[in-house]
Amino acid sequence: MKFSPPLTGLQFRLTAAAVFVAVLPHLLRLPWLISLPVLVLFALRGLQRRRGRARLPAWIKLPLVLLFPILIVFHYGNLFGREPGSALACAMLALKLMETENRRDARAAICFSAFVLMSALLFDNGLWITVLLCAALAVLFAALRALESAQSKLLPDLRSGALALAGALPLAVCVFVFFPRLGSPLWGAPNDTTARTGLGDRMAPGTMQELLIDDSAAFRVVFDGTPPPRGKLYWRGPVLWDFDGSAWTRPEWLASPPGDSEVRVRGARASYEVTLEPSERHWLLALDVPLLAPAGAVRGADMSLVSRTRVDDPTRYHMVSAPDYVLEPVLDPQHRRLALLLPRGYDPQARALAQRWHDQFGGNADLVIRAALDLFHNEFSYTLNAPLLGRDSVDDFLFDTKRGFCEHFSSAFTFLMRAAGIPARVVTGYQGGYFSAAGNYWIVRQSDAHAWSEVWLAGRGWVRVDPTAAVSPQRVQVGARAAAGASAPWYQADWLMELRNRMDLIDRFWNDAIVQFNALRQQSLLTPFGVARADYPQLMLAMIAAGSLLLGLLAWWVMRAPKANGDALDAVYAKLRRKLARAGVTHDPAAGPLTLNRHAGAQLAAPQAVQRLLADYVGLRYGCALPAPERIQTFTRAVAALRLPAATQTARQSS
Amino acid sequence: MNAGTATASLKTRLFEYAERRLPALTRLKRVEPLPVRLDRHRIYVLPTRFGLMLSALLLVMLLGALNYNNNPAMLLTCLFAAAAYQSVFAAFATLNHLQVAALRAQPGHAGADLEFSIHFHIAARPRHSLRLRAAESEIAFDLDTDGAATLRIPAPRRGWQRPGRLRLCSGYPFGLFEVWSWLNPDFAALVYPRLEPNPPPLPRHGAQSQQQVERRGGDELAALRSYQTGDPPRNIAWKASARRDELLVKEFETPLGNEIVLDYAALRGLAHEDRLSRLAAWVCIAESRRVPYALRLPQTRLDAGLGAEHRHACLRALALAPGAAP
Repeated sequence: MKFSPPLTGLQFRLTAAAVFVAVLPHLLRLPWLISLPVLVLFALRGLQRRRGRARLPAWIKLPLVLLFPILIVFHYGNLFGREPGSALACAMLALKLMETENRRDARAAICFSAFVLMSALLFDNGLWITVLLCAALAVLFAALRALESAQSKLLPDLRSGALALAGALPLAVCVFVFFPRLGSPLWGAPNDTTARTGLGDRMAPGTMQELLIDDSAAFRVVFDGTPPPRGKLYWRGPVLWDFDGSAWTRPEWLASPPGDSEVRVRGARASYEVTLEPSERHWLLALDVPLLAPAGAVRGADMSLVSRTRVDDPTRYHMVSAPDYVLEPVLDPQHRRLALLLPRGYDPQARALAQRWHDQFGGNADLVIRAALDLFHNEFSYTLNAPLLGRDSVDDFLFDTKRGFCEHFSSAFTFLMRAAGIPARVVTGYQGGYFSAAGNYWIVRQSDAHAWSEVWLAGRGWVRVDPTAAVSPQRVQVGARAAAGASAPWYQADWLMELRNRMDLIDRFWNDAIVQFNALRQQSLLTPFGVARADYPQLMLAMIAAGSLLLGLLAWWVMRAPKANGDALDAVYAKLRRKLARAGVTHDPAAGPLTLNRHAGAQLAAPQAVQRLLADYVGLRYGCALPAPERIQTFTRAVAALRLPAATQTARQSS
Repeated sequence: MNAGTATASLKTRLFEYAERRLPALTRLKRVEPLPVRLDRHRIYVLPTRFGLMLSALLLVMLLGALNYNNNPAMLLTCLFAAAAYQSVFAAFATLNHLQVAALRAQPGHAGADLEFSIHFHIAARPRHSLRLRAAESEIAFDLDTDGAATLRIPAPRRGWQRPGRLRLCSGYPFGLFEVWSWLNPDFAALVYPRLEPNPPPLPRHGAQSQQQVERRGGDELAALRSYQTGDPPRNIAWKASARRDELLVKEFETPLGNEIVLDYAALRGLAHEDRLSRLAAWVCIAESRRVPYALRLPQTRLDAGLGAEHRHACLRALALAPGAAP
């Protein structure tokens, strides 16, 4: 092994910085059980380096190396997979820094940092995080540059790193666009079940709480014509039938076979295109009520859309819906049975109340619904910070806490309806959205998640009833957070949300142009050049052609001759010759300074200054091997100060 | 012969063979006049081992990004790869148009290191992380302006010595590529003869050779020292030597002011190079004690004198004396 020089202070600090920026995006995500020890490692290493201590002894290193895998297995259950793997990589990188004392170690650490940096994008591939991580590469390059010279300085290193990245952008884009994408993955795509927030197929009081404060986009919609009014923007997701006393769930059998419930369309249809963000679930969202199922998806009997494959990538589909409809005018007996089912032994008070209403209104469903909504309207309040509920969740909510959000209301309402003998079910999905005028599309965020109820009424089919609207009409008008009022945290202030809604345009572009770029879209890249379907060879050819062009330009830029030929003295002498030529002294490129001296003496009126300068030049150029810089400077100033009368016409002609 | 030296000699033989067979490589091995301007015809580039390691890592990153169809990760990988690859241009630009203007070296004695200072013109661009390697020594330096780098090269024997083939290289900016160029400048430094480590005292003044000088009572006995070949036998302190295991000789103070003659012919019994070494040492001692000295060599006679120039003239004559004894 060749000797590797030890690190100087700056080299170490920049290497540590490179490692830290690589680990940072992971630290924000990792559990404190792992991120805290990693941070402690960084702090210890800084301290140790400052004290100038010798290398870490093996009896400290070895337990540390063993500690992290144990912590990771303790927390995740195993060492492999996306989450534990990245945690392990971060820990190992921090440990590598512990023993980094020479250049070879530092380079290895920086290399690995790049890998860890990239792996952060497996968890979040938003625009800003990508831009930040790409910028972080500059620190890596700065560290590499610092490793090259013991005399390097921080600012030139950082500037050089940033410049290298900026200069690499054209080539990077060229490779990114043309490098052939894989039609299908070489090995198993990641199958982790992460805690990505989104609609689930289970609803218990409190499950949506996290969702309602999540501002990430759920999907975006572009309507072909005029969109329905905001109050009708109910985006249908999973429909929940089964209640076990605490949670509403969806029966498995509904997904297949495809339902054949009858839909009668009244009024105009709405035609639109949905771009769904990856949810890692099977749901597709559609405006109530969808009239067809997109390719690769089925429409259940309850009008919910289920994709055959999990939505792991942004998915786009075209939909047609009927905002005004009659759904299932004749209720299937089995549906009726399911829509009236209630768990035994739960919520006796609520059952009693519903029974009382049933007896009081003689089975008039409209009056029962009215009574329930009036109850909500008069005595209940809307809040995102709902109190916890006990075993009889509906009873607790209806007669005790009386505060909650859409989940609580739809759950309690549906329970009451079933207890009163009216077929009812819970529908989850999203409500509303934000219209981006600049982009002419609607964005629906996770925080727009909503739950409502559907009751079946004779002759009118399934009718949507939104009990939350009875409590807080703003919820439907302006959205969940605004309805919750002061309980919204500071970072969800209105003006900030407004800004974020406007900024969504950029996110949308990012999603459309970059994240969703795939093999299929790549094939149509070369259509403007007459290649209908660009396959591997065409793409490679395009990449090589464009790349060669860029590199050729760069090579020309690097190889071009510097402006000044020769050293500083030559440049000044050339200037003196130009001055003499302008003054009418015979201009002969082959003439040496002594010849020039003779010409000047013969052709100039006052040649003394010029002759003195030429003699100086001869002394500087030929009198010594390397003239001192100060003498060259004096000569330069003298030449600059030289004033010669311009040549007369005759003098010029004679020359 | 162990494995290390075996591979080393094999490597040397391979290089020799390559340079015999490939004139393009040998072209730059020949001595060339200064100034030398580096250009694309003589600048070589190869990825370093670290560069190869990084490209393997990039390949892994690329495969990962492609497999998961994660375009932001792909973008990051492309950016990293492009910046890493384009650093080859920065590496090339580090040497391109760099000019080796001149060499200088102060004369030194054989057995010590010669300090060659190599002067560069940077041609309008700062040059970073340069390394200059001679046979055994390597120096690292940055050039922000025109300047010089000093390289220490061991001088094994007296006479004219060239710095030999120099490798000017750089890993700038990121250590992924190594650019280099071979220099063999037409320049030689003067190497004075080796200084004898413990020379006998200066010969007595007068035109006579040392052996013929009579001892005079006026001379102070200064010290005793170990016997060295060539010491006159009459100076041996027999009684003192009998008490020790080695021969000791008496050393006398040489009076100031009288010029001495350092005569080659007087040092009989010594080998040719040893005589030159002793004369060189005497020149230095005489110069430092301000004793005017003359030098007699078989081919050269230098009259008595003092001062840096005289010292240089004497040492130069010794350095350039013909190899074998006359």
